[in-house]
Amino acid sequence: MNAQIAAILTLDGIASGAIYVLIAIGFVLIFAVTRIIFVPFGDITAFTALTLASLENKHLPGTVGMVAVLAAMATLMEIFSLWRKGTLGRVPRALLFYLILPLIPAGVVWLTAGTLLPTALRILLTVAVILPIPPLLNRIVYQPIADATVLLLLIVSVALHFAMSGLGLLFFGPEGVRTQGFVDYTAIIAGTPVSGQAILILGSAIFFSFLLYLFFSFTLTGKALHATALNRTGARLMGIRPQQACTIAFLLGALLAAISGILIAPVNTIFYDSGFLIGLKSFVGAIIGGMVSFPVTAIGSMLVGILESFAAFLSSPFKDVIVFSILIPVLLWRSYTLVHAEDEDEE
Amino acid sequence: MSRQTTLAVGALVLVVLFGAPLYLAPFTITLLNYIGVYALVALGLVLLTGNAGMVSFGQASFMGIAAYATGWTSAVMGYSPWLGLILALVATGLIAAILGAVTLRLGGHFLSLSTIAWGLAIYFSFGNIPGLGAFDGIPSLPPISIGNLALIESGQIFYLIWIALLLSMLAIHNLLDSRVGRALRALRGGNALVESLGINALRVRLATFVIAALCAALSGWLYAHMGRFVSPTPFDVTASIIALMMAMIGGAGYLLGAVIGAAIIVLLKNGIQDILPRIAPGASGQLEVVVFASLFILFLQRARNGIVPFIAQWIPEPHRERPPPADALPRQTQPAKGTALMQVEAVNRRFGGLIAVNDVSFEVHAGEILALIGPNGAGKTTMFNLITGALTPSGGRIVFAGKDITKSGACDIASSGIARTFQHVKLRPKMTLIDNVLLGTYGRTKSGFIRSALRLDRAEEARSRHEAMRQLDRVGLGDRPYELAGNLPLGNQRVLEIARALAADPVLLVLDEPAAGLRRQEKLALAELLRTLRAEGLTILLVEHDMEFVMGLVDRIVVMEFGCKLCEGDPDTVRTDTRVQEAYLGGVA
Repeated sequence: MNAQIAAILTLDGIASGAIYVLIAIGFVLIFAVTRIIFVPFGDITAFTALTLASLENKHLPGTVGMVAVLAAMATLMEIFSLWRKGTLGRVPRALLFYLILPLIPAGVVWLTAGTLLPTALRILLTVAVILPIPPLLNRIVYQPIADATVLLLLIVSVALHFAMSGLGLLFFGPEGVRTQGFVDYTAIIAGTPVSGQAILILGSAIFFSFLLYLFFSFTLTGKALHATALNRTGARLMGIRPQQACTIAFLLGALLAAISGILIAPVNTIFYDSGFLIGLKSFVGAIIGGMVSFPVTAIGSMLVGILESFAAFLSSPFKDVIVFSILIPVLLWRSYTLVHAEDEDEE
Repeated sequence: MSRQTTLAVGALVLVVLFGAPLYLAPFTITLLNYIGVYALVALGLVLLTGNAGMVSFGQASFMGIAAYATGWTSAVMGYSPWLGLILALVATGLIAAILGAVTLRLGGHFLSLSTIAWGLAIYFSFGNIPGLGAFDGIPSLPPISIGNLALIESGQIFYLIWIALLLSMLAIHNLLDSRVGRALRALRGGNALVESLGINALRVRLATFVIAALCAALSGWLYAHMGRFVSPTPFDVTASIIALMMAMIGGAGYLLGAVIGAAIIVLLKNGIQDILPRIAPGASGQLEVVVFASLFILFLQRARNGIVPFIAQWIPEPHRERPPPADALPRQTQPAKGTALMQVEAVNRRFGGLIAVNDVSFEVHAGEILALIGPNGAGKTTMFNLITGALTPSGGRIVFAGKDITKSGACDIASSGIARTFQHVKLRPKMTLIDNVLLGTYGRTKSGFIRSALRLDRAEEARSRHEAMRQLDRVGLGDRPYELAGNLPLGNQRVLEIARALAADPVLLVLDEPAAGLRRQEKLALAELLRTLRAEGLTILLVEHDMEFVMGLVDRIVVMEFGCKLCEGDPDTVRTDTRVQEAYLGGVA
């Protein structure tokens, strides 16, 4: 390996690392607010890429059907729980949030399927279709057990991932897709070619991380989320609704997943089940950040990306083995540095 | 249910089970074989998840390591499958020990997540090592032979599988009802209590993790020689989650849960594979996963304790005898009355910018009752946590019985003879009163995992039980030893904690607000108990708010305010000290 190759590998790694950054930040965000380790996060990323590719090929993306099914389930569950609580007056509101709003973008996609829209509009539509999925999953899967322990929520998350990847195969089929690049530009930095797509990925990662930072530092909603993450009971006493905070966290997470899906679509061939590995690699980054620190998570995810790109060069079949094996020294280091609160299970 | 009935039912089940190859079709026997093999993995998870509170998403990879170990030994190298078994157990045990040593310190969800990651890493390794056949696997494993009998038919290996399963269940049953088993069950719900009892939580966790992996290894070995073929697919993360699903659905807290869960999933899978192609031809493979995952989620939402508790509520509780008298456990010699037992020298503790304890010094003399009092926020509980090792001092020195314990952990401090109770009661509510008190005897007894599993610990166990009963009687809770601790009112729970601390036979008993939540009569009884203990030579240090309780009982008082020591002396001196009156009453008129 010479310096040239090392530089290319590093750049490549930074590009994929930037995608991991977005996903890992989403993991940490959702975990901090809801205590849910949202394992299907990577699946959402993969579904975004698949949706974008379908739109590009003028097919009706499977996401439309998926959103429709999930929205119907969530609405039924919400109405049923309203009925049991005897507050049927809130049904119209439930219909609006769980049925109509999620179905609007899906409906638009359904109507325009078959016509090739401009790239920007395609991307926007894709994001809009994907956005409702995590909050709907939250309503269907997690809300009934919001009080459960982190471990139980994790088991549910893993099961949910399997359900999602099964649904992915049903709705998208087994073919892998890769979309056209958004930018057709190559810069030469210090004698190394850098693709415009890589620059775009890195730029987006920085931009959206910064946006998130602004959101948490300067908006009331952001501060409310932060407060919920720090102390649920305290936040509740201050009039912050935990369920609402959860929904917002899932929406933000969905946005991050959608953006990473859009960015990765022209770079990697994505299959219905590619999300799991992408998600887990981001997760290594999130663990480096101890599931709490956003900046360390970002650095960790970058490292994972770079390591992966070098590992792929050195020994392609063992690329994933190498990436997951660094978890072991990371965890060892973490186990000595992380001050974790005593997790008292109330059994 | 009486003992005879239990034995009769057990014998009947055995006869029905082991007669199965005589009256069931080979296909049904094959299903039973699968149930047995998966029940073994689930059994490991019952121990790990249901009892010790650790969740692993990587058990199938342990199964895989064992299957590949025996595949390589028997099919590639041509040795006996029994040598394969030894290699399988050793390899799995070693890998589990290494992975466990690295990840178990983290606990909670970090542990579980890392199990997914190394589960994947191990799976990818199987598929990429050419010597192990890569993704094609290793074909034509030889059958296991016992003497000259090769176990080829499903009706033959059936016996081996189910005997292995039943023996493992027996061993784990024994284990759970023993010294280490109680420690293992106490792991659920945090380290603070476990460490304060002198139990090395990490070591118990690691041993539990390795045992669960060995269950998976045994299962993997049987699986490999049952299908006589090894490939990576049966050992992927999906398989691990299915194993976890079996344990959770059956009831992760119960040994039978493993078998029932495995039976349900294997039969369900079989049924779904029959039905789905009829409903949705062409899409059944992926639907199967969706159906399973959805059922699992629904199950976790509705009945997370599993099926066994549902059945168990219809079966009458077995009548349990009060433990019979036995020899007393060896006791510590108490130091001579009046000698200095513990010196606290200029200890301080900071939390960031806050100085919670600031240069506090005092001495505890052997055989006295010393109270630490002070207004709210004076730093009393912090001082307590420093003494018991729950926190480490930022500066200063603590010497106990001539030994510097400033930097020692809670576990070492407990072993050196300090037993404590907690301000917020820490009991194991799902364990019985006697089991909770027995936890206290951990440091005085020795039986390890192997002795316990083989029931060689009974003599020592009888002595421990006798001791636990003695302490329960002493605090007045001896009439219902098999009640669950969680059913007691708060006052009794506090007293139960004291019984547990006494069962450790400490030199110094450290009580954090023992009278809080007690009624007047209970307080009087508690004071009487503490006086008796003092008369027996035990030294007691307590934090208390109830002045009436303190003044009539203790020998000396140390008063703290704002992290500093205000004064010390006998109750009358302290009562008349103007600084103390000022601290409590806000100035003397």
